[in-house]
Amino acid sequence: MKLIFEKSQAGRRAGELPRYELPSAGVPEELRRREAPRLPEIAEPEIVRHFTELSSRNFGIDTGFYPLGSCTMKYNPRVNERLAMLPGFRDLHPHQEEDAIQGALELMWRLQEALIEVSGLHACSLQPAAGSQGELTGLMLMRAYFADRGEADRRDTIITADTAHGTNPASVTMAGYKLAKVDTDARGNINLDHLRELVDERTAGLMLTNPSTLGLFDEHIEEIAGIFHKAGALLYYDGANLNAVCGISRPGDMGFDIVHINLHKTFSQPHGGGGPGGGPIVVRDRLEPFLPVPAVVQEGERFRLDYDRPKSIGKVRGFTGPFGVFVRSYAYIRSYGPRLREMSETAVLNANYLLARLREVYDLPYDRLCMHEFVLSARTLKREHGISALDVAKRLMDYGFHPPTIYFPLVVAEALMIEPTETEAKETLDAFAEAMIAIAREAREDPEVLRDAPHNRPVRRLDEVKAAKRAIVKYGFEEHLDLGDEPAQSRQLETQRGA
Amino acid sequence: MPAGETYPDDLRYHKEHDWARIEGEEAVLGITWFAQDALGELVHYESPNEGDTISKDAPYGEVESVKAVSDVIAPLSGEVLQVNQKVVAEPETVNDDPYGEGWLIRIRLTDAGEAESLLDADAYKQVVAEA
Repeated sequence: MKLIFEKSQAGRRAGELPRYELPSAGVPEELRRREAPRLPEIAEPEIVRHFTELSSRNFGIDTGFYPLGSCTMKYNPRVNERLAMLPGFRDLHPHQEEDAIQGALELMWRLQEALIEVSGLHACSLQPAAGSQGELTGLMLMRAYFADRGEADRRDTIITADTAHGTNPASVTMAGYKLAKVDTDARGNINLDHLRELVDERTAGLMLTNPSTLGLFDEHIEEIAGIFHKAGALLYYDGANLNAVCGISRPGDMGFDIVHINLHKTFSQPHGGGGPGGGPIVVRDRLEPFLPVPAVVQEGERFRLDYDRPKSIGKVRGFTGPFGVFVRSYAYIRSYGPRLREMSETAVLNANYLLARLREVYDLPYDRLCMHEFVLSARTLKREHGISALDVAKRLMDYGFHPPTIYFPLVVAEALMIEPTETEAKETLDAFAEAMIAIAREAREDPEVLRDAPHNRPVRRLDEVKAAKRAIVKYGFEEHLDLGDEPAQSRQLETQRGA
Repeated sequence: MPAGETYPDDLRYHKEHDWARIEGEEAVLGITWFAQDALGELVHYESPNEGDTISKDAPYGEVESVKAVSDVIAPLSGEVLQVNQKVVAEPETVNDDPYGEGWLIRIRLTDAGEAESLLDADAYKQVVAEA
C-alpha cells in the first residue's frame, strides 16, 4: 500500500475555498511562512479510499480477540457511544455557566460516588486523564499530605514491587521521590521479609497493584498495609487490574489510601487509539483536602464546582477532565448496576478457564488460581526449540488473534501475559487456546514457520531493533526527490501573494 | 553475529548476571551472555561517568533493548576509571562479544576483599540453570 504522500499529485485538490478577501492579520514578516506546508495533494475520493483501506488493516476489539495482559481490552458497548452523543452532553462548552450544566455536573458527581463505592474510600477527583497521570497526582497528594504534617523532607522514598507496571517507578521519579523495589516471593506475593527491611521512617508510601501483574492476589495484603501504616506511610493502589475485583473486594478495605481507576480499562471507555483515557483518583478522608480543584460537589438539589480548597495541590488538567469518558463509564456502571460483581467474576472465570487449557503446554511459573489474567512462560520452548515468546506472539497473528503482552512482568523469563476479559464467549476462548496449543506443536515440529511469522498479515516480521535505533517518524522528502523537488513556486502561499 | 553461550573460567560473577575480570587493583565489568540473551539486541547503554563511585550490589548504569530497560548491577565497589565508548556508540557490541569488546567499565577497586563473595563460573552456571 502506498503512503498518502506517494499518491500526491501537484496541484490536485479535494476542495476549493473561496478567495480570501478580508484584510490580512499583521503577522510579522519574520514569522510568516515562505512556502506552503508540504501536504499531500489528493482528490477527496482518493483520501476516503486511502484511510478506509488503512482502517481495514487495523486490528481492534471490534475485529477480534485482544488478550493484551494488563490492558483490559474488553468490548466497548455501543449504548455508551449513543449516550455520549446526546446533544446535551456532546454540545456542552466548558465555559458554560453552572446553571446550564447541572446535568453534566450531576453525572460527574454520580460517577464519583460510584467510584468511591467501588474503591471503599471517601473522596474522588475525576481530573487525571490517564492511569499514569493518576499515579503522579496520587504521589503529589502524598507529598502534600506529608508537607502538611511537617514530614515531607524526611519521607523521601516510595516502594514498588519488582512486578510493578513501568509507570510506577517512572511516576515515583517524576514526583521527586527515591525508589526502592521489593522482591516477589515464590508464590508470587510480595516478599514480606524483604519489605520489612525496606520500610523505615524515610518511607513515604507503597505503590502496588493488587492483583499484581502476575494476575495473583497478594495473600498478605492486610499485613502489608499494617507495615506501612505502622511506619506512618501511605498505600497507593494502581487500579490497572481493578477489573478483577469490582464488587468483590475494595482497595480501601485492603488498607489502601489512594486509588487510581482506569476508566478506559475497567469501565469500557474505548482505548488503544480508540479515544482518550481517564484516570480518576479516589482517596481516604484524611487526603481529601489535597485533591485537585475544582471538586464537583452537591449542595441540596444543585451541583457546583468548588474551587475553595486551600490545601489543594491545584489543577492537574484543563477544565474538569475528559467528559465524554465520564458519560461512557457512568453508563457502563449503571448498565451493570448492583450486578457489577458479575463483570469481575466472569473476567476471573474466563482467565482461569484459559489457564486450565494452556497450563499443560506452556510453563506456569506461579501455580495458583489466577485472577483476571495470568502469566505463562515460553521458557521450555526457548530452551528446547529456540522458540521465544516473541515468536509465539507473532505466530498468533497468523491465527487471527492479537498477541498477549510479552516480556512483562520482568520477573518471568519469556513471559506471555494473557487477559481475556469478561466479554469473550467460550468459543472464542477455545479457539485461542487451540491456536496456542497448535503453536506449541509447531515449535516442536516446524520451528521455522514460527521464526518467520507472521506470514499472512499486511506486514511481515518488523525489525524492532532498527525501529528503536533509527525511528523514522516523518516522511523523508529528501529521499523522494521526485516529490520533494516539486517546483517551489507551486507551493508558494496564496495568502502571501495577497498580503 | 551474536556470540554463543559461554561463561569463562577466569571471570567472577554476580547473581544479577554481571561479571568482573579482576586485574590487580583494577577490574573490568560487564554483563553476562545470559543477560544479553535475555534482553535481546541492545539499543542503548546509559553509562556512568568517569570518576563516579559505584557500590557493590547497586546499579551503576542501564542497558535497554526493545523488550526492557535493565539496571546494570555493580559486582564490586570502586571508582570508574574508563567507560567503553564503543558500547556507548554501538550497544550491540555487548551482544556480539559480552566478555571482550562488549565490556562496560573499568574501575579501581575500593576493597579487593569484596571479590570473595562473587561466584565462580560453575556456581554462576547453576544460577543460570535455575533462572
